[in-house]
Parts: sequence; C-alpha cells; structure tokens
Amino acid sequence: MIKFNNVSVSFKDKKSQIVHAVKNVSFEVEDGEILGIVGTSGAGKSTLLRTVNQLQLPTGGQTIVDGNDIGSLSGAELAKARHSIGMIFQQFNLVSTKTVAQNVAFAMEIAGRSKEEIKQRVPELLKLVGLSERANVYPNTLSGGQKQRVGIARAVANNPKILLCDEATSALDPETTNDVLQLLKEINHKFGITIVLITHELDVVKKICQRVVVMNRGEVVEIGDVFDVFTNPQHEFTKTLLSHTFDLDLPDRLTHDYSKPLVRIVYNGEKAEDAIVSNVVKQYAVDVNILHGKIEYINDRPFGILIVQLIGEQDEIEKSLNYLSKNTYRTEVINERN
Amino acid sequence: MNETNYSELVSNLLPAFGETLEMCGIALALAILLGVPLGVLSYLTSDRNICQNKLINLLVSFILNVIMSTPFVILLVLLLPFTKLVVGTSIGPEAASVPLGIVAIAFYARLVEGNLHGVDKGVIEASIAMGATWFKIVTNVLLPGAFSGMIRGLTVLAVTLVGYSAMAGIVGGGGVGDLAIRFGYYRYQTDVMIITVLLLIGLVQIIQTLGEKASQKAQK
Repeated sequence: MIKFNNVSVSFKDKKSQIVHAVKNVSFEVEDGEILGIVGTSGAGKSTLLRTVNQLQLPTGGQTIVDGNDIGSLSGAELAKARHSIGMIFQQFNLVSTKTVAQNVAFAMEIAGRSKEEIKQRVPELLKLVGLSERANVYPNTLSGGQKQRVGIARAVANNPKILLCDEATSALDPETTNDVLQLLKEINHKFGITIVLITHELDVVKKICQRVVVMNRGEVVEIGDVFDVFTNPQHEFTKTLLSHTFDLDLPDRLTHDYSKPLVRIVYNGEKAEDAIVSNVVKQYAVDVNILHGKIEYINDRPFGILIVQLIGEQDEIEKSLNYLSKNTYRTEVINERN
Repeated sequence: MNETNYSELVSNLLPAFGETLEMCGIALALAILLGVPLGVLSYLTSDRNICQNKLINLLVSFILNVIMSTPFVILLVLLLPFTKLVVGTSIGPEAASVPLGIVAIAFYARLVEGNLHGVDKGVIEASIAMGATWFKIVTNVLLPGAFSGMIRGLTVLAVTLVGYSAMAGIVGGGGVGDLAIRFGYYRYQTDVMIITVLLLIGLVQIIQTLGEKASQKAQK
C-alpha cells in the first residue's frame, strides 16, 4: 500500500543549519495492516509520515502510495490522492467554528461529495464513532477523547485506503487512549483501512500494531513483527527503548547477594502458559523464591519476565537452571560475580 | 476670546457629524472590501505558507508599509491628483474619503494578516491533508477562525479613522474634528473645542462598545 523508497528529508532549521530529519528510509506498509513507527521525539517519524500525503516533500527518494509516486503529484491529482488518505493528529485539529457534524461534512465537501450524500453519511459516521448525540455542538465543549473521535470520523469520511495517525493518543489519558485504539482497531477490521501510526508510547504499539518500525535519528534501526521486536530486540537502540518497559528493578541488597543465584526467566508464546516454575520445584530439590515479575500481552500473545531466587544444593540448582533454559525463551543468572 | 454663537455651532455641528460618519463609513467599507483580500494575500504568500510567494509578499508588504509610514497629512496632499481622478473633485468629504480609505485599507490589511497568523496552524495542516484548495481553506477555516479578531480590528480601525478624519479639513472634508480645529483652536473658542472633543469621545466610546459586543458575539 505504501512503499518508502530510500526516502530522505532534510531542511534548514532556524539557524540555517541543515537538519537531516529522515535518512534513506526504505520499507513497505502492507495492505490492511496496522503498522506502528516508534522512536524518541526528533527521530524523524512524524516527518516520514508526512511524506505519505505530501505535507512534507521528500528531498530524496520516493514515497509510493497505492502505486503512485505521491511526490510527483500536484494540483487536482494531489488533492484527489489526499482524499483517500485520512489523517488524525495529536491536537485533533478540528475547525473550532464548525460543529461536530459540520467538521465531518467539511471533509466530504472538500472531496466534492454531493449534498445528499453528505447528509446521509455524516450521521452514519457519527454513529460509528459514538457521537450521534453531539452532532450539533462545537468542538470546544468536547473532551479530548471525543475530539479525537470526531477527528477519526472526519478522517474516514471519504472511505480512505490509508489512515495516518500522528501521535493520535498522546494527548489523551490512558483510559481514553484505550477507547480510541479500540475504535481504530475496529475501523481497520471493518473497512480494511491500512493504518500507519507514529507514537512514542510503546503501549500503543503493543495493543494494536501487527508490525513495528523503530526509528532513531532519522534512520530505521529495526523492523518486524511487534511480538518478535518486543521480545527479542536486536538493535541497541531498541533495547534501550524497551528497557523502560521490561526492566524490573530490584533493590541492591538482593542483586549483591551472591550466595543465591538470581535468575531472570523470560518466557513467551505458548510456553508462557505452561507451569514451568512449579515443575522445577517438583522435579528438583530447590526452592523458588519469586522476587519480581510481569506478564505482558502483545497481540494477545503472552510475554513474561520473572526474577526468581533459586535456593538449594549447587548441583540441584545447576539442573534446574538447565531445565529452565530448555523450557523457556531465555534464562539468565543476573547476579553472577564478574 | 470670541463670543460663541451657540445656534451657529449647533447648525454647524449636525452636518459636521454627518460628514465624519460619511468619511469614516466610506473608508471602513473600503477597508473591508479591499483590506481583507490584501491581508489574506499577504498571509497566504508569506514564508512557508499555503501559496508561498516571496515576490508578491514583498511587494504587498512594501506598499502597505509605504502607506502606513507616510504621515497622513502628507498622504492627503500627495494623493490629490489621484483623488481628483477618482471622485472628480479634490475638496469635500468625498475627496477626503479617498486618502482616508487608502490608509484604512493598508491598516486593516495588516490587522487581518495578524489575525490570520493567529489561526491554529494544525487546523490548516489538517485541511491541506484532506486535499482542500486554498480557497476552501480561506473561506472555511481562516476567515471564520479570524473573524472575532477581525471585528476587534475593525473597531480599532474605526476609532483611528475618527482621529484621522480631523485632518480632512485640509481638503475641506469637514467633520467634527475639523470643526474643533477651526472654531475651537484657530478662533480660540475653548468651549466649542471642548464640546466637539466631548462629542468625539462619545462617538469613540460608542464605536468601542459596539465593536466589543460584536466581537464577543462572534467568538466561539
């Protein structure tokens, strides 16, 4: 659906210094998928996203959307291409002088839809996003979540093939974020719209994306299935980015107690649902003391981390470690003396 | 001090008041008719904007600056030939309306441009992303978004024009301000001066109050 072909964007900043916001980015977004682009602020993800609807022209390479080099379009052709690319924003960007219904209608007017069509479709769209009751109020009376719903209704009004989400949930509280993500998932499912979302919130990616692109300093450092990238990051930057979500901090007195091995067990997929820890206790003469733990569900697949202390005879500990390594995703002793 | 003939004053005041309103009214109408498009043009062609065009932007900006930096009295005289061409005469309130209108157009164009710059950039970006033409953006987003500020600007302009119109006496434009200068100042009739100035203050107060009310009503 979207193909980034060696896309680069550089521009002069206010001090006339050349900034390379995006450097030689190449990857494809598949039809109907939800793809997340993550990275710290200033990673170039927003700039890259804007090359899809030519809010930003690439200074090198091409962004191919639905078979067309979007950068080569202009005038009426560009406008037409933009009608099939919806976009939602962090700050919602609704027209404050138009009511909720008028905001949605505006998108359709722009695309040259007939009055009858608009009259018929606007209520349907508002129903889709659960705002039928608020059709005739102005945006300033709405909550953040409701504003974003209007933004979504507006963005999908012209049956776009692509929906771009620019930090769409970053200004919302966690609960509202979930609602909005659920709505996006529903829209993706119902209409098969390809969704590209950029965010600095890894939770968002975990919740709705199938694939993830990790960007750092204008470059793509990692791309892949969300579960794979999150459970087994390859690039240093991805590891640091994820460490905030997956690092479990223990007090120093425990990590510096070298008498008992401290083991980090990482398990994923089907294995997460096996009773591995209780098997260890049953099979070997060891006690397992659970100190910390967390289970995440990524696309409904479990991914867990446990930090346990093994207490027992040395050879029994060796055996249980052996068993754990074989039956979990990763097992490592984290308090070994260097 | 000359003795004041009050009946003469009253018979002078009424037409003078009418002349002030006529001059300011024509100038305001011109400002809305031509100042708004000029302000929009200046905004649209500004750096990194929808129809970025350095040449047009510089040209518009230069013309506006020249008009606004020339002292009004001098502009009044400089424009005499042009005034004669447009209204067929270079004296009277209609003649004074021409330079007054030109200043009003320039002044209001700048005010409108400033208000347009205050419209949320994100909303404009969203409209561009939807594939809106510049015309749709101007009529649906920019002007409605700047409307309340533009009314406030119009109030400021109206008040300023009342002040400027006092100088219209130079080309025989008349008006309350001219009356204040001719009778009150040149003929040392302090009481006439006070009455006319009070009248002007009252007029400005009314304009200001009405303007603020309208602007508040326009705010969403």
